[in-house]
Amino acid sequence: MSNPVLNVKAVDKDFGGIRALDDVDLVVHQKEIVALIGPNGAGKTTFFNCITGIYAPTSGDVLVDPKATGDPVRVNGKKPNKVTELGMARTFQNIRLFPSMTALENVMIGTHCRTKSAVFGAITRCKATRNEEQAVIDRSYELLKLVGLDQYVNETSANMPYGKQRRLEIARALATDPFLLLLDEPAAGMNPQETHDLEKLIVDLRDRFDIAIMLIEHDMKMVMSMSDRIYVLDYGRMIADGTPREVAENPAVIKAYLGESDDD
Amino acid sequence: MNNTLNETGHQGALRLLLSAGCHSIPHALRKSAMVAAWFAFLTFPILVIKVNTIENTVAWRWENMLAIAVATFFGSYVWRWLLARKEIKRDEAKRESVAERLLTKVQSHPILKLAGLAAIAIPAVLYPQVFDLYQTNIMVSCLVFIVLGLGLNIVVGLAGLLDLGYVAFYAVGAYAYALCNLHWGIGFWTMLPLGAALGTIMGVILGFPVLRLRGDYLAIVTLGFGEIIRLVLENWGDVTKGPSGISNIARPEFFGMKLTIAQSTMYMYYIMLGLLVLTIFCVSRLQHSRIGRAWLALREDEIACQAMGIDKVKTKLLAFALGATWAGMAGVVFAARTTFINPASFTFWESAMILSIVVIGGMGSIRGVIAGAIILILVPEYLREFSEFRMLLFGAIMVMVMVFRPQGLISAKRKIYTYKGTSEAGSGQ
Amino acid sequence: MDYFLELFFGGLTRGSIYALIALGYTMVYGIIELINFAHGEIYMIGAFTGLIVAGVLTALGFPEASILVIALICAVIWSASYGYTVEKIGYKPLRGAQRLSPLISAIGMSIFLQNYVMLAQTPDFLPFPALTPQFDFMKPYSAVMNSSELVIVVATIAVCVGLTLFIKYTKLGKAMRATAQNRKMAMLVGVNVDMVISATFVIGSSLAAVGGVLIASHIGQINYFIGFIAGIKAFTAAVLGGIGSIPGAMLGALVLGLTEAFATGYVSSDYEDVFAFCLLVLILIFRPAGIMGKEKTQKV
Repeated sequence: MSNPVLNVKAVDKDFGGIRALDDVDLVVHQKEIVALIGPNGAGKTTFFNCITGIYAPTSGDVLVDPKATGDPVRVNGKKPNKVTELGMARTFQNIRLFPSMTALENVMIGTHCRTKSAVFGAITRCKATRNEEQAVIDRSYELLKLVGLDQYVNETSANMPYGKQRRLEIARALATDPFLLLLDEPAAGMNPQETHDLEKLIVDLRDRFDIAIMLIEHDMKMVMSMSDRIYVLDYGRMIADGTPREVAENPAVIKAYLGESDDD
Repeated sequence: MNNTLNETGHQGALRLLLSAGCHSIPHALRKSAMVAAWFAFLTFPILVIKVNTIENTVAWRWENMLAIAVATFFGSYVWRWLLARKEIKRDEAKRESVAERLLTKVQSHPILKLAGLAAIAIPAVLYPQVFDLYQTNIMVSCLVFIVLGLGLNIVVGLAGLLDLGYVAFYAVGAYAYALCNLHWGIGFWTMLPLGAALGTIMGVILGFPVLRLRGDYLAIVTLGFGEIIRLVLENWGDVTKGPSGISNIARPEFFGMKLTIAQSTMYMYYIMLGLLVLTIFCVSRLQHSRIGRAWLALREDEIACQAMGIDKVKTKLLAFALGATWAGMAGVVFAARTTFINPASFTFWESAMILSIVVIGGMGSIRGVIAGAIILILVPEYLREFSEFRMLLFGAIMVMVMVFRPQGLISAKRKIYTYKGTSEAGSGQ
Repeated sequence: MDYFLELFFGGLTRGSIYALIALGYTMVYGIIELINFAHGEIYMIGAFTGLIVAGVLTALGFPEASILVIALICAVIWSASYGYTVEKIGYKPLRGAQRLSPLISAIGMSIFLQNYVMLAQTPDFLPFPALTPQFDFMKPYSAVMNSSELVIVVATIAVCVGLTLFIKYTKLGKAMRATAQNRKMAMLVGVNVDMVISATFVIGSSLAAVGGVLIASHIGQINYFIGFIAGIKAFTAAVLGGIGSIPGAMLGALVLGLTEAFATGYVSSDYEDVFAFCLLVLILIFRPAGIMGKEKTQKV
């Protein structure tokens, strides 16, 4: 099997006295769709925050290997922007767009770490800067079109419908040119039709850009039908992992979701 | 609610003014009377009584109480009316005002734009020829404040970092020129870029440790820095000559010629005008660049920004340092213009004044800052009788602007980008 | 040794005043996360009200002992009223606005109030009558501590104890703590949040007024500008102790007062204010949560 693009080894995260993540291991390979599920408060978002640099893990290793060469880089303790630069981009559970900026500008921000023009270029507006700027605009527009938001290009993101905002977050994350896209509850608040469209979009993105995708999601139908592998987190511990079928039949998972029986 | 307002027209507007925020006119009257009584009570000791603690005499100024009661009675109407209006027009608040629409129209039409520019440029160039020395001097000071306002606008308006010690960089530029001129005879033109560079360096040095702080802490730390610099200037007498300041600073030389005061003021005016054009040029280009976008995004959501790969500290530092650059440059000009500087010119009030220019004019808007500076600097100059009320009004207006029109007089204009789709859509129709 | 003690008690006095002002900053910040820039001005207005009332009473021939008490009460009443009004006009309409807006509004308020007092009263320093009684039993110690310093320290301790008990045991105090922890939740369980915020401003302003009158009587002169420096220093104290924490503000004020007293006494008095500012900058950079504060994890 090829080398993993993301390899998380024995990560712990403590908040004060509370252990939010306890010895978590996880791997993601190229072009894989991996789902991370678990009951509310299991530590899923904390896990995302730990691997994207928003929190520093208390202990353990987060290793990324964008080209799957077998020569990974350790990213824990790195700042979020460095992690994004390495190629992991994320969306947020409680949408964090730039509310007063237009959809296009939001996506353009995503290209920031892949472009270079600085103060000198901005003031002189030299040829390199102009070209870069136009390329950014064109690419951002294409991404918007890809996620089906071309009619909202010049709409401020705060004025967009909720489901569209989630899509805009995906487009913005894609603009950073990731090898791994991390989606935090992308279907939250969507109706079944929207969820279905979103599922198609995610699979399409994986095929089109050849990237790996990891998502946190509560919609089991969606998770089961699209994921290659599923990890289950409960009380900060990884209690199961495997193909959708394996996970669905795992007694520990059923227990975590349905609660413990009385005689236990 | 909006519709009913429009349908009933003037009568409705009047009714709204009279009963704003209340269900009936008597209710409004009662409310205003209570406000008036409250303020009469509130201002009673400070405004009415004046004691002389040495001679033990007391002066009672009852007329002030009457004035306050009347003013707040009517003022409360206006206040409630404005609040109600803000509530009604909430969705419209983001739209442009009439003046802004007009400006946008003029700017989007090439001929009108040229004509508009000429209408501004010609009077600006002819100003010192037409008006006397006194007027020119006032205008120069106004220009200095516009440049300072635009510089601070980068920090506060674009990047959203509240800098209350901006005057420190202004002082650095001024003192740098004064001292270099005094000790080594370095001229104005050499010092102008040096002052700017010094401002940048100071911006980086001061900014680096403090920019990790949250917004409101940043405000207070920059305020602290500003005061530290002023206190050092005041107390480090061996170098800065303390509170008595440095005099006889050289005016800018004009190809080695000696200029009379009138000539050199005129010269100064043109230097400032040139500097202003340069500033507007740079700031507007920065605003609509990759960096400008990053500033804007940083102002809205720092975490999302970092997750999108923007280096928070670096981007903030850039804004802070660039803002300081303009202050350093303006400081050199200030020293050369007045030929005398002392620490009293660099108090918190100066920072507060520049901040009010930016806030009242419109954070992030170049046109707004220019309008703000013209109103806040020129109007008080021509209304000398009211000059002592200047800061009082600034304070009051700052509060009112924040409450009723947080985007300022002229709100920032957003760039509309043209993308491939624009032309496609155009050709398709 | 006497010099050391003199500095020590001087620092204690300063610290007490800073504590009285810092409590207002910290309480307001705890509840609405706003640096109330105008708070220093409320303190200044308290001092002015005290001066004016004392002047009137003296002219009317009141006995000396009653003057301090009446002046203090009046200063508290008016400062509290100003604090209440400032909140209603400048901050209340801005709830839910962008974070920078109320801060700028607060700066505007501060500028307005300073100039209002300057125009209504005088731009010059005014001599403040010595209102605190001179105790005979303090005479032997006059080299290190005088009566007014004793009054300030004792009054501050009393106020701090009173406030702590108030916050801990009264219904309003509990409502304040609830609002500080989670405003939305407090609202949902029936706390009148607007009233709690107003009460916070009123209490904070009253404490500042006590500080204003006492220190003015100790130093002997005031002008419209005293609130600015005192405000920044008290804010430093609040941050030093951990903003939002009431015991933190008291502790921070004490540390700042003593530091300042010893630094000016042993190092240099020219740079008196620089010490406080440097301390402020250093704490914010190296330990922004302060001595008693807890580091907050940002929720994502």
